Amino acid sequence: MRDVAIVAFGQSDHVRDSAETSEVEMLMPVLHDVLEQTGLAARDIDFTCSGSSDYLAGRAFSFTMALDGVGAWPPISESHVEMDGAWALYEAWVKLLTGEAETALVYAYGKSSPGSVRDVLTRQLDPYYVAPLWPDSVALAALQAQALIDAGLTDERELAGIADRSRAAAATHPHAQLRGEVPMGEPLVAPLRTGDCPPIGDGAAAVVLAAGDTARRLAGRPAWIRGLDHRIEAHSMGVRDLTDSPSTRLAAERAGAFERPVDTAELHAPFTSQEVVLRRALKLDAPDSTVCINPSGGALAANPVMAAGLIRLGEAAARIQRGASDRALAHATSGPCLQHNLVAVLEGER
Amino acid sequence: MSKEPVAVVGIGQTTHVAARRDVSLAGLVREAARRALDDAELTWADIDAVVIGKAPDFFEGVMMPELYLADALGAVGKPMLRVHTAGSVGGSTALVAANLVAARVHRTVLTVAFEKQSESNAMWGLSLPIPFQQPLLAGAGGFFAPHVRAYMRRTGAPDTVGSLVAYKDRRNALKNPYAHLHEHDITLEKVRSSPMLWDPIRYSETCPSSDGACAMILTDRTGAARAPHPAAWMHGGAMRSEPTLFACKDFVSPQAGKDCAADVYRQAGITDPRRQIDAVEMYVPFSWYEPMWLENLGFAEEGEGWKLTESGVTELDGDLPVNPSGGVLSTNPIGASGMIRFAEAALQVRGQAGAHQVDGARLALGHAYGGGSQFFSMWLVGADAPAT
Repeated sequence: MRDVAIVAFGQSDHVRDSAETSEVEMLMPVLHDVLEQTGLAARDIDFTCSGSSDYLAGRAFSFTMALDGVGAWPPISESHVEMDGAWALYEAWVKLLTGEAETALVYAYGKSSPGSVRDVLTRQLDPYYVAPLWPDSVALAALQAQALIDAGLTDERELAGIADRSRAAAATHPHAQLRGEVPMGEPLVAPLRTGDCPPIGDGAAAVVLAAGDTARRLAGRPAWIRGLDHRIEAHSMGVRDLTDSPSTRLAAERAGAFERPVDTAELHAPFTSQEVVLRRALKLDAPDSTVCINPSGGALAANPVMAAGLIRLGEAAARIQRGASDRALAHATSGPCLQHNLVAVLEGER
Repeated sequence: MSKEPVAVVGIGQTTHVAARRDVSLAGLVREAARRALDDAELTWADIDAVVIGKAPDFFEGVMMPELYLADALGAVGKPMLRVHTAGSVGGSTALVAANLVAARVHRTVLTVAFEKQSESNAMWGLSLPIPFQQPLLAGAGGFFAPHVRAYMRRTGAPDTVGSLVAYKDRRNALKNPYAHLHEHDITLEKVRSSPMLWDPIRYSETCPSSDGACAMILTDRTGAARAPHPAAWMHGGAMRSEPTLFACKDFVSPQAGKDCAADVYRQAGITDPRRQIDAVEMYVPFSWYEPMWLENLGFAEEGEGWKLTESGVTELDGDLPVNPSGGVLSTNPIGASGMIRFAEAALQVRGQAGAHQVDGARLALGHAYGGGSQFFSMWLVGADAPAT
């Protein structure tokens, strides 16, 4: 398989409300950032792929406005997934593997502030039987958290510890929305408290991928993608064991995550309880484990919907690029209660 | 580096109608997928990954429907990607799926595209008002009509050409059991006297709103060798995008379309598309787009496309049949329309297009476009495996 690496990563400041900027205005500085990091111009990029959701923007074809901002002239080879940008990265990675492209620009953005994201996400559910009941994303996550507690796999104290660790990690993160210590918070939907839930925010992210020697030329220490896989599960929560994530485990296995230990794991767990599920699925819970989990603060510090998964890949890659990690795992999720999961294994050359 | 050759070994379509009240969204996509599996004589277990596409989520009112559709498409435990590139999405979806095979990431991939327009209203789905952005309050027709008029003015095409295309495509649709519109009493006069909607586009020169899905099974060389029916081989595929609105944009013949076609022809070794390609399934939602795209795709010199149409070259028994299936003018489940073009091109070179088969078709082009004529996806498929 062809060697492909993440050679640049950029993200916006993540904020509660960006009413004063459009999606394009939010994205453009990030695009310029990753291009500057590599010294590439938009016209040098062989393939561009983005991830976003019309339902957040409240209009059809919302991605076309961002594409105009990219400056697709002369015409570019370009595609879009109506998913988190992590899956746009997956599509771009496959494109590079075919040999049809040497470089790829991947970006994603999401603004939750114009509407009620808890209500908006209910529109992801089975449109005939479930969506009409409007069960919101926090309520569904609470079901999962309660299932974990009932199974004896976690308790509220451990969950609060995850929140605390994540936000402490974000204390020095210049782009995070929530930083520093946060108490357990107020009860929101039992057993979840505000501290267990992600902030609602707006943000954008971008990465540049490159193959082989091009990657070596563009980055001092490229983050090589050693494996990348994603798997989906059944939609109905009634047929899933919410305390487990077999799709994450399978994706990790296919990505080669279990072949050798990783030193870093960037997990896309918007709720503290979901980190518990993911750690178990990814076998990160060994008592003597030294894996650094979510050193960026994770989705509990900033969760721009549609970009948060791509940011996990970018944060892991950036850590490799600056020499803080040699082998990292990055994870992205989509759908209610961890329905769809992507795992990447990234390595730096020693 | 070498790519794995990609073969189409299974094709399935639903019957396309204005409203499929007998099936849910899940039932609709499963019907097409099931037929594609049957064609390939494969089971759900033989599928390594699923790639699904459709146009905006607002068209059915379901956000990221791939999540809900995972079960219906046998995707549980597998990778599932959701592509959205506006009206070109059916084609783009097939190309993303093809890349999974070409890159040797997966061996056998199910790709599906759909639209169930009856669940909502596409015209208004396209017209949600957004502050500080140009509204598209008249749906797609109002956007494209001025560009058709620009084409007529630029080329001097007589105003009779559009109705010839519509008359041809609606007659071709009579030979296609899956087509939405079966107008048995169609006459050229009826097309010409139909109401004017967006001058110069008449009612009978526009596409219908359809419910429908299309699916294909794409596989590698080994999979093709095991296939029970002839495979269609991919000889080239490409996507191109350009901005929606800008000062130098040529709405009549966008550069992205020209570049996309040129890339596909280069991959396939095509130097004279007019002579070398036997059949074309072209995305023609408004009749005048046939002569326009004939030029954009290099089948005619600039300004000459309408002459090919007028002289009967694009008829089913003509020298370069365009839309033997009846095309988008007869069947338009928007998100699936591009994939139907790709699949119909594959059916032609497999010799399985039934009553609308083009005799001896060996090479066929599938074409899709979307947005404000800014997204393009195309593939060229052949009866023979590409030379390696």
